[in-house]
Amino acid sequence: MLQVSLYRYNPETDEAPYMQDVQVDTGGKDLMVLDVLELLKAQDPTLTYRRSCREGVCGSDGLNMNGKNGLACITPISEVIRGGKLVLRPLPGLPVIRDLVVDMSLFYKQYEKVRPYLINDEPEPAIERLQSPEDRAKLDGLYECILCACCSTACPSFWWNPDRFIGPSGLLQAYRFLADSRDTATESRLAELDDPFSVFRCHGIQNCVSVCPKGLNPTRAIGHIRGMLLKRAS
Amino acid sequence: MVTAVTNFGRSGLSDWLIQRITALVLLAYMLVLGGIVLFGGEVTYESWRGLFSQTWMRIFTLAAMLSIAAHAWIGLWAVSTDYLTERLMGPKGNVLRLIFQAVVVAALFVYVVWGIQILWG
Repeated sequence: MLQVSLYRYNPETDEAPYMQDVQVDTGGKDLMVLDVLELLKAQDPTLTYRRSCREGVCGSDGLNMNGKNGLACITPISEVIRGGKLVLRPLPGLPVIRDLVVDMSLFYKQYEKVRPYLINDEPEPAIERLQSPEDRAKLDGLYECILCACCSTACPSFWWNPDRFIGPSGLLQAYRFLADSRDTATESRLAELDDPFSVFRCHGIQNCVSVCPKGLNPTRAIGHIRGMLLKRAS
Repeated sequence: MVTAVTNFGRSGLSDWLIQRITALVLLAYMLVLGGIVLFGGEVTYESWRGLFSQTWMRIFTLAAMLSIAAHAWIGLWAVSTDYLTERLMGPKGNVLRLIFQAVVVAALFVYVVWGIQILWG
């Protein structure tokens, strides 16, 4: 039997969140954490969490597992379990709606701020805007982000100022469009990032790099943004 | 609400750059002063007074003091806007932050003026 400690909170019935100790029979298999949640939900249908694709693509089931953020669907129990106990909490720093479900509004607000779409004020070509293979390669390691929020909710700077610091996920996307050869809004994008909060609250502790389930490196992207801001100012 | 109105250079980039340049000045000052203490022979009142009566050392020390003041202000401003906020503490967060920032500015100002007085006194 696997010992699981679950964060529970139902705002309609509970005055405060609490940790619930439960046991689940995994049949001795090294299941993914999402499978454990499915078994637990069969035991108690009131348990609430988000999930969709169950293969690390949709980014719905970001959780804090034994202290580290990750996607429950692609994280084996053996990777996170400590002292024979699996401790599951919602992503830290965001308001909890119920059990393991958090309100991602602030996260999406920061994403929206970086204008995560291609801006090009030149006349449209007949077929499509072409890009050389070299320029396309500059987007590798940036476009793969699935917006699971594991990185931003592992970042203390985002915990303290989620309304003003864009956070690692948003900044990775900001750089994805700054680095795109087809985008013509570089100047206005950079101008929007030059305040003391949006980018410069990053102190480079690299929690984001350590938790990203897609193996991306937001800290490096933030470094590139700083470099572009420096070049623009000098 | 936490705003950037009290920050040092009015832009994140200038604060970031100043933080790094002042760190380099402080590193250079520590290396020079450390080198003098370790390899400059016995430290006596006369040798110390002789060292600090030289113009280059006075200018270097003043640069280090101003660097500490700027570095500390930028760093502590960031700390105060992280932890002493309305978001974490309610409305009293804003009051506490402004008091903290005023105390820090006053202390740094006193240290710089006092340091100048000692150097040129």
